Amino acid sequence: MNLLVILVSVVFVNNFVLSRFLGICPFLGVSKKLETAVGMSIAVTFVMALASVMSWLVQTYLLVPLGIEYMQTIAFILVIAGLVQFVEMVIKKTSPTLYQALGVYLPLITTNCAVLGVAILNIQSNFNLIETLVNGVGGGLSFTLAIVLFAGVRERLETAPIPKALEGFPIAMLAASLLSIAFFAFQGLI
Amino acid sequence: MLNSVIWPVVTLGGLAILFGIVLAFASKKFAVAVNPKTAEVREVLPGANCGGCGFAGCDALADAISSGKAAVTACPVGGSELAEKLAQIMGVTADATEKKVARVLCGGDCNNAKEKYEYQGIEDCKAAEALAGGSKSCKYGCTGLGSCVKACPFDAIHVVNGVAVVDEEKCTACAKCVAVCPKNIIELVPVSNEVRVLCKNQEKGKDVMQSCKVGCIACQKCVKVCKFDAIVFENNLARIDYSKCTNCMMCAEACPTKTIYANFNNRKKAKVIDDKCIGCTICAKNCNFEAIEGELKGKHVVLEDKCVGCGVCYEKCPKDAIEMK
Repeated sequence: MNLLVILVSVVFVNNFVLSRFLGICPFLGVSKKLETAVGMSIAVTFVMALASVMSWLVQTYLLVPLGIEYMQTIAFILVIAGLVQFVEMVIKKTSPTLYQALGVYLPLITTNCAVLGVAILNIQSNFNLIETLVNGVGGGLSFTLAIVLFAGVRERLETAPIPKALEGFPIAMLAASLLSIAFFAFQGLI
Repeated sequence: MLNSVIWPVVTLGGLAILFGIVLAFASKKFAVAVNPKTAEVREVLPGANCGGCGFAGCDALADAISSGKAAVTACPVGGSELAEKLAQIMGVTADATEKKVARVLCGGDCNNAKEKYEYQGIEDCKAAEALAGGSKSCKYGCTGLGSCVKACPFDAIHVVNGVAVVDEEKCTACAKCVAVCPKNIIELVPVSNEVRVLCKNQEKGKDVMQSCKVGCIACQKCVKVCKFDAIVFENNLARIDYSKCTNCMMCAEACPTKTIYANFNNRKKAKVIDDKCIGCTICAKNCNFEAIEGELKGKHVVLEDKCVGCGVCYEKCPKDAIEMK
């Protein structure tokens, strides 16, 4: 039950992109086409889940025993960057098909603040390892939900009659803020 | 004090070194062999990503060429020059490919073709095509709205006086315009072929005459005048078989409506090189236009006013004693 609450909370109520405003860069950058948006969000989900677990292990077995929790940010960035690089190499070798689907997006995710955000939030919420994993996967799903919804909206905007001054990014920003407001309706859920 | 400095440094430094070692090891262990030829091939390709080859851009073509899935001549933009370079990289010989250019086969400009109605719709050939085949009275002709102009990535096609005209210097034969033209009046033709039929109208002569001054009226004079059987006549329309055409331009001279176009300034003349001629008379016998005179064992002379530059004598001469200028 607790795990379900975590999942619903992270996907809907505290959506990473639309409520916490993390990972805005890929949210605006890779959402022009539904296809690329899906590819990006699969990669993000994958990395978020891995990074959550790895950073939790580093925090619990390295930083806390040594009493250097204040080095959290730097340590996590190190872990995430190294991890993503390693995963990219492994995928490239073992599964060319998966690499073709995710390959271009993986390096982009290294510095995605949503990934670092989920790692730090796991620690702040005092989650155990299982809860951390669920929160990581949920974080990825919340990113997926937001970017896929937004990509659908933007694909429709392409053909909509929009005033000249609002064409392109301005209307995308407006659409994003409306989407964000819509997600505030979930606030009372938990 | 010392502890609070040493532990973070050791921990993070250790982590970094650990990741470094793992990554260095992984990059060796998981190294994927990339075909070095792909990069070389990509280097020499034009890089315009026009898609004229049928692949998704130059990277995809480089991949296909280096893995042997595409021929070295696959890039229509680079022409024979590029094909040679690619052949060198790939270690094969390239068959000489002649540069092609796109040609708009319609002469119905604002002066020649009549207007059926005044078109005020959007500037797009397909849209005009949907309105009773365009505003021009000939439904086979160029609408002059320039969908091909917009499609051309090389700025090589422009609408001049109501008809699209190709700038042959800039044209790279990427075939974008061919694909976009709803009338199918743009064709890729080897650049050395001078003669072209500027009409696609398949109606009978009388109907053609009513709609356009430069339409093919199916008189077949060109068929009769051609000495090389290079004009095919079908669907009330003359078509040139470029494998047989010798650029003699006789059809262009004969055409009563000037639908068959050739730039007469580019017409070549045969000339006998006196030192080499041995008077074998082969050229005179083969000339279809009685333009070569000369006795057996004597020097031969080309009559300039009769020579049309078909080049038959140039090909037949066993001593290479004829040049085309």
